Amino acid sequence: MERLPKWADVALVPLISLLLAAIIAALVILAIGQDPWEALTVMVQGSVMNAYGWGYTLYYASSFMFTGLAVTVAFHASLFNIGGEGQAQLGGLGVALACLFIPWPHWTLALLGAATAAALFGAAWAAIPAYLQARRGSHIVITTIMFNYIAAAVLIFLLVDVLRPDGQMDPATARFPEAAQLPTLNEIPGFNLIFTSNVPANVTLFIALGMAVVVWLLLWRTRLGYAIRAFGKSEAAARYAGISPFAIIMVAMLISGGLAGMMAINNVMGEAERLLQNSASGAGFIGIAVALMGRNHPVGVVLAALLFGFLFQGGAELGLWTKIPIEMRTVVQGLVILFTGALDVMVRMLLTWIFNLFRAGRAVKGAA
Amino acid sequence: MADPRYAIELKGISKSFGPVQANRDIHIAVPRGTIHGIIGENGAGKSTLMSILYGFYRADSGEIFINGKPTAIPDSQSAIRAGIGMVFQHFKLVQNFTVLENVVLGAEEGALLAGSLSRARRVLGELSREYELDVDPDAVIEDLSVGHQQRVEILKALYRQADILILDEPTGVLTPAEADHLFRILKGLRDQGKTIILITHKLREIMETTDNVSVMRRGTMVGTVRTAETSPEELAELMVGRKVLLEVEKAPALPGKVVLKIEDLRVRDEHGVERLKGINLEIRAGEILGIAGVAGNGQSELLEALGGIARATGRITMNGVELPLSGKGADGRARRAAGIAHVPEDRQALGLIMDFTAWENVAFGYHDAPEYQKNALFMDNDALRADTERKMATFDVRPPIPTLAAKNFSGGNQQKIVVAREIERNPDLLLVGQPTRGVDIGAIEFIHKQIVALRDQGKAILLVSVELDEIRSLSDRIAVMFDGQIMGLRDPETTDERELGLMMAGMTGKGEAA
Amino acid sequence: MDYATLLQLLDTTLRLATPLLFACLAGLYSERAGIFDIGLEGKMLMAAMASASVAFLTGSVWVGMFAGMAASLVLAGIHGVASITFRGNQLISGVALNFVASGITVLIAQRLFGQGGRTPPLAGDARFEAITLPLAEELRGVPVLGPLYAEVISGHPLLVYVALLMVPLTWWVLYRTRFGLRLRAVGENPAAVDTAGISVVGLRFAAVAITGILCGLAGAYMATALQAGFGREMTAGRGYIALAALIFAKWRPVAALWACLLFGFFQALALRPDVVEAVVQVKVPVPFLDALPYVLTVLVLAGFVGKAIPPRAGGEPYVKER
Repeated sequence: MERLPKWADVALVPLISLLLAAIIAALVILAIGQDPWEALTVMVQGSVMNAYGWGYTLYYASSFMFTGLAVTVAFHASLFNIGGEGQAQLGGLGVALACLFIPWPHWTLALLGAATAAALFGAAWAAIPAYLQARRGSHIVITTIMFNYIAAAVLIFLLVDVLRPDGQMDPATARFPEAAQLPTLNEIPGFNLIFTSNVPANVTLFIALGMAVVVWLLLWRTRLGYAIRAFGKSEAAARYAGISPFAIIMVAMLISGGLAGMMAINNVMGEAERLLQNSASGAGFIGIAVALMGRNHPVGVVLAALLFGFLFQGGAELGLWTKIPIEMRTVVQGLVILFTGALDVMVRMLLTWIFNLFRAGRAVKGAA
Repeated sequence: MADPRYAIELKGISKSFGPVQANRDIHIAVPRGTIHGIIGENGAGKSTLMSILYGFYRADSGEIFINGKPTAIPDSQSAIRAGIGMVFQHFKLVQNFTVLENVVLGAEEGALLAGSLSRARRVLGELSREYELDVDPDAVIEDLSVGHQQRVEILKALYRQADILILDEPTGVLTPAEADHLFRILKGLRDQGKTIILITHKLREIMETTDNVSVMRRGTMVGTVRTAETSPEELAELMVGRKVLLEVEKAPALPGKVVLKIEDLRVRDEHGVERLKGINLEIRAGEILGIAGVAGNGQSELLEALGGIARATGRITMNGVELPLSGKGADGRARRAAGIAHVPEDRQALGLIMDFTAWENVAFGYHDAPEYQKNALFMDNDALRADTERKMATFDVRPPIPTLAAKNFSGGNQQKIVVAREIERNPDLLLVGQPTRGVDIGAIEFIHKQIVALRDQGKAILLVSVELDEIRSLSDRIAVMFDGQIMGLRDPETTDERELGLMMAGMTGKGEAA
Repeated sequence: MDYATLLQLLDTTLRLATPLLFACLAGLYSERAGIFDIGLEGKMLMAAMASASVAFLTGSVWVGMFAGMAASLVLAGIHGVASITFRGNQLISGVALNFVASGITVLIAQRLFGQGGRTPPLAGDARFEAITLPLAEELRGVPVLGPLYAEVISGHPLLVYVALLMVPLTWWVLYRTRFGLRLRAVGENPAAVDTAGISVVGLRFAAVAITGILCGLAGAYMATALQAGFGREMTAGRGYIALAALIFAKWRPVAALWACLLFGFFQALALRPDVVEAVVQVKVPVPFLDALPYVLTVLVLAGFVGKAIPPRAGGEPYVKER
């Protein structure tokens, strides 16, 4: 059997996976008695057909870029970080503390400080599972899942008992001061011509895109990235080459946790402007789908994040305008992970088979 | 119709894996009650042929006759039913099961175990007495020596009433004494009317044990001869298709100062078993020190300890400077900085990242070398690719494409990439493990020449190989290892194979000063 | 803490340990056969929704239970196809199916009942009722042991006893039957099984199917015995805790029972902050108690309670060697 051409492997495999996920999602919608075509129309209308929709799509995409990059970096070290959700929540805590307790003179400085705090908190939350994996061989998949639950408990405690202002009922921090609020796209000159009404997408989008470039440079242009990728391919060989498994596991997870934490500048600082319970609202998990769909490459991650931004915003519209519950998003997310991550061999076999059919067809024509 | 005198007859067997034709129109007939050798180089297609016979692969074309009857063998179950038993090179035993459980697995009678186990215990007792195959039925496999584990494999086949026993490279992990015991068992089995197929690349075993021998080369069967009517020279020529020059042409060594001094080097494995038991050696500039020994006697641990992969105790001194053996500074990176390069035994698992491109692999272990850096932050991938092109030209790596992934090169060319990378660093000491395992004849000669050339530049070389011929033809001095210890040092000019063989079995020279 | 309170705690422990035990034994079959399954959670959730829905619609808890097992088997089948047939990444497959289950259970429940993804409360024959064991009342008067028997051992729904019986049954299957021998072998060295002429794929699918059935029971118990109906995300990480218990138990059935009882006890403690406060003499915030099982799981995984060696071939798809 012939191998797939490279372009097909890079572009067609994820697209076919997505198509399969979409077909099954459509069947699910049919099964619950709704119209998939109508669902798609509503999703497209509400997310990409007008500037307002784009404002939400890009807002979600910004978050998913961070979490997708986080999963990507860990994946390259052969680590499956499912803890993005908890790390992002801790990142939110970092943002809240930085915004509430430091009197920033200007939002640019506040952004810098909050981003640093978010990254540090996220990295710290990843550090313990990383250490346990590196030193004691505890399975990082299960420990990071446990840390998601622990993070949720920690935040509930802090929001209810510690950070909640007196007299406020809902478990959340106080609103951040004016100087710690980020400009949204409709407040940025130039963009305000497109985005005329208030949208949640904010300057974080550019930081997310910048981080994609940084991650790309890190993985394919630096010694550290080389070591991470080598370790991810073969731990035994990395040891032969003098690459320390402990150091790589720690550094890769710290970077991964830091990226997941940085997501909080988008949702906590850029949108909610205070820290709420369950602030990451699933974006940490979506990072897994985004990384797999994006083939663990920053360019792919950015594209997949946009796609999931569309799905997320479109899914919310479904919840508003149709009888399809918003949980449809989770189903699609699971299906994408299934097809791109676990059934990729099947997709590849399918594609190779189709290619060989075409090749055979051409060979027959050539002979005739 | 096939001849019923033959236990096995294969007619026109062909098998290809993608573009690689592993077997091409193979014909072979094995008379019942004989030991039949199949000899050929690595990659000649011996194992593929036997896997077809055992139902692991289906042949693309051709027929199989067992005792004269055409037999289809689509899976291992059919092979077992046809009376074929197989002892694989890598044993197929469940490590934490007892001998009894391993023997019974797949040959149980009924859904409950108790009956099967007691029957197996009785049969095992009978088989042990009959064929010198004594093993404790209640021993757990991981506690047994390799020789005993192999006996369990033979018992498994006999318990399934195999009439035809295939053994794939059975002596690779055995000491000469264990190998002799195995051959006695095999002859006993033959005398009871069983048919035995012995796959090996060792001429000596073929000459000593078999009745007939078939020679394979590059997927084809080049001939079958009576062992009594042939000679090792003739077989060797059939194997490679031309006269082999196993002697490497080299000038006498001019040993200089001591480069590496090893004192009381000890290594424990993850189970706490001591695998290196106090090694003392000196390696001088301008000499090749060969380590001879049966696989698994501590050679790998020696290379790994010196290469910074395994933790060790004792003392090693490189050019007069002591190097740490554990903790900080005891890794491959520090060793490379100290002037030690390492061509590992297993290039696919250690020496290369198979998914990386050739140019990425050329940086493997040296990715922080200054010439590969553009600035403080970034690596200079262009310089690396240019360097790879140059190395590929010097070492005749084919195809000379730096962007091709390592897994897409042949074994010989993969090895050339590793050797090029390590030798071109101009190390003071080169550690080389199994430099020509799975490498074609042309590349073997080339790699041998490179090693000798490095020696002639006044560098020290530590060569580990399980191929005694390779050790004898390349080394200036030979150290024989057995059971984690050095049995003694010999001059290859004045020592014959017999003496080395005895030392490899731990028979003489124990405790001799290095 | 008085004896009555202790008995109450132990009673709750047994009730809460039961779904963990089903799920833990479910994972044991799969992982002993070399297939990692972090999708226990999703299978339980599916089964909980299916059993509660069908029990409500038919009014029979038994029909509901079988529906739960069937729903769980569907997910197990997908996991099997992905990880055995197509040799996909078993961890990713498990994670994916957990998401699918998390979403689709709400979708289906919403479609059926329109109550925000919940099922209506179950009552009567649509639920497993508590069973009073023989002589429970008569023996209540016996000091110490009598109340223990009457309060803790007796008075649970049938599935609690089924779960407990699964422990010796699993032990017997694993160590005394041909199937058990082969199952353990395929998780340690599938090549040995393959060369012995047994189908690796067949064995692994069988193991994955048993996992599906037991997760089905776990989910059915959650929705029709422990609680009276399905609610979104009602399994709340129990699938993962069961996995941790499995590691803690070193993949052995009897040890799995003790591990699940221990984790069940921690969950029971989290429900009784007043008891905890009385014992430790400090006010403990409820979120801390909620997090306790997860923290302990991490401590267990960190190996502070002994090193666990997983089945050697675990997580690795079987590919014939060339």
